[in-house]
Amino acid sequence: MKITHIKPLLTLCGFIIAAACIQSSAVAQQKIDPKFTKMMQDSFRAEGIAGLNRIDQDETQKFCSDPKFANSKQGEAMRDKIQKMNMETIKQPSDGKYIGDWKNGEKIAQSGRGETWTDKADTLIGGGCYNCHQIDPKEISFGTIGPSLAGYAKLRGYSKEVVTYTWNRINNAKAYNACSNMPRIAHFKLLNEQQIQDVMALLLDPESPVNK
Amino acid sequence: MQRKLTLGLATGIVATLLTMTSSVFAQKSATDDIAKYREMIADGNPSELYEAAGEDLWKKPAGPKNATLEKCNLGLGPGVVKGAAAQLPRYFKDTNKVQDLESRLMTCMQILQGRDPQEMIDAQFQQGPKKDMEAIVAYIVTQSKGEKIKVSTAHPKEKEMYDLGKRAFYFEGGPMDFSCASCHGENGKRIRLQDLPNITEQKGAALAWGYWPAYRVSSGQFWTMQQRLNDCFRQQRFPFPIYGSDVTIALSMYMAKNANGGTVETPGLKR
Repeated sequence: MKITHIKPLLTLCGFIIAAACIQSSAVAQQKIDPKFTKMMQDSFRAEGIAGLNRIDQDETQKFCSDPKFANSKQGEAMRDKIQKMNMETIKQPSDGKYIGDWKNGEKIAQSGRGETWTDKADTLIGGGCYNCHQIDPKEISFGTIGPSLAGYAKLRGYSKEVVTYTWNRINNAKAYNACSNMPRIAHFKLLNEQQIQDVMALLLDPESPVNK
Repeated sequence: MQRKLTLGLATGIVATLLTMTSSVFAQKSATDDIAKYREMIADGNPSELYEAAGEDLWKKPAGPKNATLEKCNLGLGPGVVKGAAAQLPRYFKDTNKVQDLESRLMTCMQILQGRDPQEMIDAQFQQGPKKDMEAIVAYIVTQSKGEKIKVSTAHPKEKEMYDLGKRAFYFEGGPMDFSCASCHGENGKRIRLQDLPNITEQKGAALAWGYWPAYRVSSGQFWTMQQRLNDCFRQQRFPFPIYGSDVTIALSMYMAKNANGGTVETPGLKR
């Protein structure tokens, strides 16, 4: 009678120990601080299209809000998990087309509009690409938060790997770098599929000024 | 009348500058032009207009109690204005809170003049009671020009506010996953042509904190730090930060403390 009870008891102990281990590795991550949470909740109000739910963080945002942990050795497993999770959200183009019109792509890359409380719900959201990247070498007004994309395909080639990688990276950069500064374009529906194809063309079409 | 004339003149100078820079595209040239413009008007920053108006408002009886703000304690004793902005935000015993310049001024308006802070909180920037607040801020910060930034975290509430500010600085949210750190966490970065100070380090923090509030050449307006932070949150695609709320004070504390040792250059002159 006693012996039959020991086995499940041991298993239970094992679970507790495993749970404790997971817990202790998560302890390194920033603790939930009720004071901070209250400050954030009390400090904002909804305005226009920017609702209060915008400060409700998803798992990726929570993880990346603690850069010390996110960049640490202990954070590595979680980093991989976040990247995998984001990779799984990426859809390949429904019509099989990766490359659209680079001229439209350039317009999308130029526009940094959309999603602020002064924008309307129907304001066309821009890619905001030049805010952070050099792209067409003729455009001198560009930011440097992201790497230069000038000569993108000329330097990397036009292989299927390059095309798929670029597609994935534009759709959700956090699939490759959990805490990349780049917005998750497809995940938050900032651009639609057609627009992403057009931005792809800007980077990959041999006719695009980017590759001239 | 004279104010209108001077404003017109300032607008003229700004228009000239804008024409001057519109043909210049490279970041360096644009920065140089702002520097040149700063030199040109070194003795005539348009903020002076706001400052003069602010001094009048400081000394003019107002509110249900028909009192002036002259007994307002900004941390250095009642009525002491010189150097006050250089040591804010700080802990105030009477409110048991850490306050920045604008939230403190709201307390003074409430206590001394009997005014309802909610009117200030709800007003739009550059309008109504906020417009007056902006002028008063211009007056106060000018009285610290050239002083060293010296913000304390000796009081536990000040230390706590700094730590909350640091967390807020790294807090990611919204549909673009931005935090303050997305733009202000590394050296030598820029958005489009705009240089971005790295606020996590003393040098960058001094550049950010030390130069705001500032006169903005592009909009022809004087912006307080509360408005600067408000627009940062807008660009982050966050919801609207309530005027004088703790997140704005915490971030100010984080910036100001990091900036310690830098010089108060306010009112600054910004593109």
